[in-house]
Amino acid sequence: MNLKLPVLEIKELRASTNNNEILKNLNLTINRGEIHAIMGPNGSGKSTFSKIIAGHPAYEVLSGDIIFKGSSILNLDPEERSHLGIFLAFQYPIEIPGVSNEDFLRLAYNSKQKFFNKREVDPIEFFSIINEKLKSVNMSSMFLSRNVNEGFSGGEKKRNEILQMILLEAELSILDETDSGLDIDALKIISKGINTFMSSNKAIILITHYQRLLDYIKPDYVHVMQNGKIIKTGTSELAKKLEIKGYEWLT
Amino acid sequence: MLEFRLKAYKKWKELKCPEWAQLKFSEIDYQNIIYYSAPKFKKKLNSLEEVDPELLETFNKLGISLTEQKQLTNVAVDAVFDSVSIATTFKQELAEYGVIFSSISEAIHDYTSLIEKYLGTVVPIGDNYFSALNSAVFTDGSFCYIPRNVLCPLDLSTYFRINDQKSGQFERTLIIAEENSQVTYLEGCTAPQYDSNQLHAAIVELIALNNATIKYSTVQNWYSGNQKGQGGVYNFVTKRGLCVGHFSKISWTQVETGSSITWKYPSCLLVGESAKGEFYSVALTNNYQQADTGTKMIHIGKNTRSRIVSKGISAGNSKNTYRGFVNVNKKAIGARNYSQCDSLLIGNLSNSNTFPFISVQNCTTKIEHEASTSKIGEEQIFYFLQRGISLEKGIELMISGFCREVFTELPLEFASEADRLLSLKLEGSVG
Repeated sequence: MNLKLPVLEIKELRASTNNNEILKNLNLTINRGEIHAIMGPNGSGKSTFSKIIAGHPAYEVLSGDIIFKGSSILNLDPEERSHLGIFLAFQYPIEIPGVSNEDFLRLAYNSKQKFFNKREVDPIEFFSIINEKLKSVNMSSMFLSRNVNEGFSGGEKKRNEILQMILLEAELSILDETDSGLDIDALKIISKGINTFMSSNKAIILITHYQRLLDYIKPDYVHVMQNGKIIKTGTSELAKKLEIKGYEWLT
Repeated sequence: MLEFRLKAYKKWKELKCPEWAQLKFSEIDYQNIIYYSAPKFKKKLNSLEEVDPELLETFNKLGISLTEQKQLTNVAVDAVFDSVSIATTFKQELAEYGVIFSSISEAIHDYTSLIEKYLGTVVPIGDNYFSALNSAVFTDGSFCYIPRNVLCPLDLSTYFRINDQKSGQFERTLIIAEENSQVTYLEGCTAPQYDSNQLHAAIVELIALNNATIKYSTVQNWYSGNQKGQGGVYNFVTKRGLCVGHFSKISWTQVETGSSITWKYPSCLLVGESAKGEFYSVALTNNYQQADTGTKMIHIGKNTRSRIVSKGISAGNSKNTYRGFVNVNKKAIGARNYSQCDSLLIGNLSNSNTFPFISVQNCTTKIEHEASTSKIGEEQIFYFLQRGISLEKGIELMISGFCREVFTELPLEFASEADRLLSLKLEGSVG
């Protein structure tokens, strides 16, 4: 693995859903050790962008390329992208009735182990692995026996997403509005979890509407997305300016 | 016996094939059916290598043991595992406890008084079109009698699975549990059963006396036709249990995955005081399969209880209907019923219906009914995929979660097989 290569390169990407072009000539390069924040008004294409990288089947790439760790992933299935290290924390985490969180997490963990020809762990081994990770997001082990996201509060759902990111040791994590719907305490816990997880060989994309999150997680770059492309890039100062002035002055 | 059959035949001539079910099938030519077929002698094979590899693949996915695979495919088995000797051992063990377990044709000769006393008392000859047909022409089936104060030492399933008997298309089962006795019975097998008989019209009668408990489980995986819906078995069965004694209990558990058409309502007549009836069902339909199944709980005695848990899964172009009838009689003071009907849809072309019918004739009754319909959606699947979990695994996990309440009622070794059976049945139906 060449650590000097950018972890993600998006080149002139155009993509659509239901014949509606949403991403229009998007370019972005992310290196290891970097945190990028993507801001922008509603409907600018931020969530679409995250789903396209993860390989959601409802979106079609029209032209351009997505290069992850040096090779194009356009032809890869969503689960292969996941195994390679792409993680998407959902804006609205999906509820899965009848499936316990523990089974779900173990299956995810073992699927990745299997992909890399590593030994799959049994439930007892897994319990000690996951218990360690639970601490980093302040969750009790009671959490494991509940069904995936079913009846979880907004904060619990988001913490569960971060837990999965940590468990799967994602190299590129895209956090889609992970801060929305959180109270200050939950925001602090989650930010702490993310900061502890972040390291020089990982990269994170934060999609957010609020500068508040960026007080806790310091981005290296802030991008403004509008109408399917990035119209401005700056530092965290840019986010502060947006908080006061909104997006209109940019256009 | 001849009289019984003739009476049934006359009755059958008077009746018409019912049309109220949510099912579509062309008229059946009753002249074209072979009414008595002796157990067919299948070609003996020398080793598993001679068996259709596709069938073996299925067995492996289901986790069926090698010995059993051999029996199912009619491969000659080593002397140690010879099914006849095992069956004989079982029979001896059962006989020590006074349990009678034999084919119904043997029972008609050997235990005539019991047969005369009970046969046709739960499902009368003229009960319905198919029961009349069965009563007239039934070929064989099982008879089981548990004497007073006996807890049947074996799950009768064990015996049944090993003794893979071909009882023909008009099967008749009669189980009698005397006072304070208990028995668990399992019918069918998770292995796919190919059968050239298109119509199966069986009758199962259960009778539980004071404090007796009968647990009857079915796992059914008959040939369901091809992907276009051609061929496949019609399974039109009448199953009914009579809780005649006080504190008696009858529990039906069924996992229905096969047949092109399934039409059955395992029911309980709760006559004895504080009698209890239970119905746990998973019905899965795929491709062009149709299922119209459910239960009837008839509360007659005081303080009778019933519980219904029905899980319907429909995929492909299939149709899955739950039809239930809870009837509480005037005299059934303090009766209670709890019903839960959940449906799970897979894909956009499948169909699911629930027809719960409740009739209550006294004011001391408590009835609860819950129903839900859900769909395995694209977003749920994407969530699994994004976490690196394959489509098949994800669906398997969701289906087994959906069915858990029913599977816990199955004998242990069947619960895990049933799990795998469902995922196997759904292979390729999503995405």
